[in-house]
Amino acid sequence: MTATKHIEMHAVRKAFRFFTLEDLSLDLAPGQIMGFVGPNGAGKSTSIRLMMGLLAPDAGEVRVLGHAMPENQALAKRDIGFVSDDMRLFGHATLGWHMQFVASIYPGWDAQYAKALIKRFNLRAEQNVSGLSSGEHTKAVLLLALARRPRLLILDEPTSGLDPVARHEVLNELMDVLRDDDRSILFSSHNTVDVERISDCITFIDRGRLVDSSDKEDFLERWRRIYMQVPPGTALPDLPHLVSRVVDGQFVTLTTDRFSPDLLAFLGANVREVHRMSLEEIFVASVFHHREVAGL
Amino acid sequence: MFDSELSIHCIHSMYSGINISQTDARPMYLQIMEQIRARIAVGDWPSGRELPSIRALAAALSVSVITVKRAYLDLESEGVIVTRHGKGSFVADVNGLAGELQEEKLEEHLAAAAGTGRQLGLTPEDLAERLRRAIRNLDKK
Repeated sequence: MTATKHIEMHAVRKAFRFFTLEDLSLDLAPGQIMGFVGPNGAGKSTSIRLMMGLLAPDAGEVRVLGHAMPENQALAKRDIGFVSDDMRLFGHATLGWHMQFVASIYPGWDAQYAKALIKRFNLRAEQNVSGLSSGEHTKAVLLLALARRPRLLILDEPTSGLDPVARHEVLNELMDVLRDDDRSILFSSHNTVDVERISDCITFIDRGRLVDSSDKEDFLERWRRIYMQVPPGTALPDLPHLVSRVVDGQFVTLTTDRFSPDLLAFLGANVREVHRMSLEEIFVASVFHHREVAGL
Repeated sequence: MFDSELSIHCIHSMYSGINISQTDARPMYLQIMEQIRARIAVGDWPSGRELPSIRALAAALSVSVITVKRAYLDLESEGVIVTRHGKGSFVADVNGLAGELQEEKLEEHLAAAAGTGRQLGLTPEDLAERLRRAIRNLDKK
């Protein structure tokens, strides 16, 4: 595809007194959902602020919907829906008032869709925002972003603080956006189950650096735990692409991020079991490995 | 009243019968493949039937587009479905995998019948005769 990437970050650096985001590069193509995953303090929110033009990079390039950020943020923002969990609506006003307000600013506002979302999210237009529960507040903010029908949604922890039912309501709605293949979503989350389910591509960051970024199926295909039983006195050959190796007597557990049938053939008859890994297991293993390699 | 309650469960999506289980250790794309194969094998999805578009199925199941795409690609390389660019994906001809699946099922049933026959001490001729009788009974119906 030659279509303009919806998000392009190239070699971005942003330094603070106690934290530096270093050499961050990532791409989001139209029609895709990117899960942006990292532990607390990894730099997710900083990266998102850079994408939104709320911060200027010290070095590198940020382009969103083809517009250079932060210079052309006004143009880009017409077509970006941004939601972060620290957003607060006006407590004394109703959700309906907020809807009219947003509709008056953004010509793309879809009143029909907004109405449908109110119903699906179990919200009430005539209710004052101050009376909403925290989960309802999150859904209200999402509704205001979704009903603008932006081409790009940037969501900072959209499902945090939601109960399981509300989380599913929100995830269903996000997937519905993707029926249109010119729209895209970047969302950050700690919830690897949500990320594993709905993301097309996944980016891990830790301590201000990119750990890994690739398409989800590729991630899941590459990682395996291999359980072996090795007779005493047998030396294990040196293997490339091992993320970890734990030896307990005759029992050896290998973790690899470059699994292939060749590797299995190479290890031979000592292999007892091979397990796929969940995204959460992959995430934790790759963060630890990355810290080890970087000597952090 | 009762009617509307029922419909609540059905309107969610056309393909809500396909499920992704988080406790199933198999990857999501394999779960989707298996459930599509099952629909084809029992004839619910006959050959030539158009499959939901990748994006529509992804939205209905709330799973990523790339997961459904992977399932469709693998089903296509198995010959279960055919994808025509710009037109969509269709269940392949009966002579393709739908037939093969039926074939596999037949083998299974025959093996089971042979096993039971041996337990009962039937000769191969007895068993063949019983099969002929079963076919005659089917024709009578």
